[in-house]
Amino acid sequence: MKSRQLFSLACMVPAVIVITAFFLIPAVQLLFIASGGEAGLSRYLAVLTTPRYRDALLSTVALSMVVTATTLLIGGIAGIFLARNRFPGHGLLVAILTFPLAFPGVVVGFMVIMLGGRLGLVGQISEALGADRIVFAYSMTGLFVGYLYFSIPRVLLTVMGVAETLDNRLIEAARSLGAGPFAIQRDIVLPALVPAFVAAGSICFATAMGAFGTAFTLATRINVLPMVIYQEFTEAANLAMAAALSVVLGLVAWAILALARLRGGDNVAAAG
Amino acid sequence: MNRLAYALALFFTVLTAAFLAVPALMSMLAGVTQIYARGIASGLTIDWILEVWRLYADTIGRSIAIAMMTLVVTLLVGIPLAYAFVVRPSALTRALNELMTLPLAVPGLAVALAMLQLYGNIDWFRRSSLFIVAGHVIFTLPFMVRAVASTLGAIDIRTLEEGAASLGAGPLRRFLDVVIPAAMPGVLAGSLMVVTLSIGEFNLTWMLHTPLTKTLPVGLADSYASMRLEIASAYTLVFFIMIVPLLVAMQLVARSKSRKGMSA
Amino acid sequence: MSTGVSVSLRAIAKTFPDGTRALKPTDLTVAKGETLVFLGPSGCGKTTCLRIVAGLEKPDAGGRVLFDGADVTETEIEHRNIGMVFQSYALFPNMTVAENIGYGLKIRKVPPAERAKRVAEMLALTGIEPLRDRRIDQLSGGQRQRVALARAVAIRPRVLLLDEPLTALDAALRDRLRTELDQLLRSLGITAIYVTHDQAEAMSLGDRIVVMKQGEIVQVGTPREVYFEPNSRFVAEFIGAANVIEGMASEGSIRFPGGQLMLPEPPAEGRCTIMLRPEAIEIRAPAGEDWTGTVQGVSFLGDRQRVTIAGAAAEMIVAEAPNRTRLKTGDRVGLAVAPQALRILQD
Repeated sequence: MKSRQLFSLACMVPAVIVITAFFLIPAVQLLFIASGGEAGLSRYLAVLTTPRYRDALLSTVALSMVVTATTLLIGGIAGIFLARNRFPGHGLLVAILTFPLAFPGVVVGFMVIMLGGRLGLVGQISEALGADRIVFAYSMTGLFVGYLYFSIPRVLLTVMGVAETLDNRLIEAARSLGAGPFAIQRDIVLPALVPAFVAAGSICFATAMGAFGTAFTLATRINVLPMVIYQEFTEAANLAMAAALSVVLGLVAWAILALARLRGGDNVAAAG
Repeated sequence: MNRLAYALALFFTVLTAAFLAVPALMSMLAGVTQIYARGIASGLTIDWILEVWRLYADTIGRSIAIAMMTLVVTLLVGIPLAYAFVVRPSALTRALNELMTLPLAVPGLAVALAMLQLYGNIDWFRRSSLFIVAGHVIFTLPFMVRAVASTLGAIDIRTLEEGAASLGAGPLRRFLDVVIPAAMPGVLAGSLMVVTLSIGEFNLTWMLHTPLTKTLPVGLADSYASMRLEIASAYTLVFFIMIVPLLVAMQLVARSKSRKGMSA
Repeated sequence: MSTGVSVSLRAIAKTFPDGTRALKPTDLTVAKGETLVFLGPSGCGKTTCLRIVAGLEKPDAGGRVLFDGADVTETEIEHRNIGMVFQSYALFPNMTVAENIGYGLKIRKVPPAERAKRVAEMLALTGIEPLRDRRIDQLSGGQRQRVALARAVAIRPRVLLLDEPLTALDAALRDRLRTELDQLLRSLGITAIYVTHDQAEAMSLGDRIVVMKQGEIVQVGTPREVYFEPNSRFVAEFIGAANVIEGMASEGSIRFPGGQLMLPEPPAEGRCTIMLRPEAIEIRAPAGEDWTGTVQGVSFLGDRQRVTIAGAAAEMIVAEAPNRTRLKTGDRVGLAVAPQALRILQD
């Protein structure tokens, strides 16, 4: 029994070394840098008082909230529909709707350019209809579309996963009691999906908060928090401020995801 | 009413799929079109892809190499860790699990910043692709551990191990003879995930790379900023060609796993 | 080929980290070649006992496990040279049947030729030669059970430990495999410890039965002893069907509401509890009988019938009648019992 204990402890050693060396120590040091020097903890105050930082934080939160709400609506409808119906082409639809999961943020940004860039589809269509060439890729709208692009697959998968496990007998029982299709959605299906929506929504929100690649591709001038951190670090060479902003961003994202996990969403994946 | 609702939902779902698929298809097409602004009428070509190969072949090779190294490290580190998580859950493993998944919650930018300020001055490391591998390991390890742990947890690995122990096998022997073979489905799923994530990783990599350690997504960002649309598209097409087989394999693995789960 | 050791447990107890006491200090010796069965409801400590013998659990400080007098308490399971059959069989899914059976021999570095020979013997012994190269997931429950047994026996263990090996099987198969297992254990002459919650299994397989309850041994004895002479209400009711009834004893007999019965020697005095097996009660015509009651219900079981009788004692009692005896609800019946079939219980 002793050898078993020793062996399972030994099994954790490589991971402890790797995580400590490349995450724990760097992260702790980052915390110190963010709160060290003359400015100290007042840097965190600066996040709220300096207009540039405060606006970035607020617009990032606002954008993430709108993206989350929209994604839940789209992913919820499509997810429930796909989970509860089978038809020819079902597999293809699911594949199309989930493949963008693996696209990095930069590629998503490029997809937005294909849609709303100078040579984009929307512009071509609007011109063909006789209107002005519509270009939205390099603005907040473009960012919104990009975030939708990488959020929909995540939400859809989570909703489908739960909707497929929904017990059909519950629905049959409701029908036997006289419930119509609308009442069934309202009283049975949606309540059962609430945990999935909470989980998917928090993941969506946290991912949108931290997304960098999409904004990076679309324009360095869009004032969202990750871009501001990047500019602080590269252009202003203000490591301490970049660190403080990272800590704030990290805390917000982590708190939202911790909330999600409390509600049982386990497939937490932040990328983009 | 019911039929109408069904038709509306179907239409909506197809529309959503189109939103995701159309730009991808357009970019694939753009990558093989002579002059995109003039459309397909200008003719199809593979010139842009050859150009991408000339400009960016090194990033493709490097991304594959980094993904493979990341995979090796996550396998060596992740399988034993997942095993320890399943067999001996304790306050220690829970804390370690929390710490391990934290990099997923914290934006990659912050993780990269943390690594940079600590290791930025260690010149050989900073300049080596290993620096990027380290970042990718931190980011992908939780996926490997989760996949392996869920497989091990589902098959009552403790009793299997007790069986091997009763036949005289020591801990290492049991790990090699029983645990690893039993973990294989999870190892496979985890490996596909790790390679896919590593090949596509941008947030960390953009901060960690140097001009001599550009990866595919870094090259993509570069081409989006400075190359004509056709080259950027051709490059994206190359990325899709690399990533789609991995995604298909992942879906197949997931499907065979869930089918096994049903029959068991 | 009588292999095996005697196994002694000295003051073994088990307290789990959360403070629950799975096993109170227990002493027990299993003789060389004996089949000992631990029997009890779930949570009684029988599996803990087995796992301590196996080396999968460590007894609390002070407890010792001896194989042929040698202390193995600190020896890990992989060095104890025991064979173990698990309830879930724990067969390795990545190995074939033959590889599973040969695994312990491979660990012991038995040369391949001899290993193959021994595996063939084991396949023959358990009657599964055709399954040699099958994968585990292609086997039925009964086949898996045989592979698990063959694998455990292949290493010629010093003691064979079986943890509810038949529980996962359906009833008909369980009966058949029980008989086979019994013959196999007899022919091997191996020391075996068998854990079950099924009293029929315990009685047919055990040389001795250890009845356990809430982490304690309540009785140890041969199947006949625990059946005919249970030392407590718990044992009486856990093993077989039993009428446990209270009455007033005086002058060599015991009185119930429906009459009286002769007590065996030495007789008790005052309030006492007795145990009567249903098959020990003979149903007769009421006339001239000292103990009578009214038929409350009859269930026909084919080979016999089970009769519920009211009015004879404070509680309902159950008796068995031959399958052709005509009885119906409401019949008055007389009940005859031989004094030696009646057992006075201490609690």
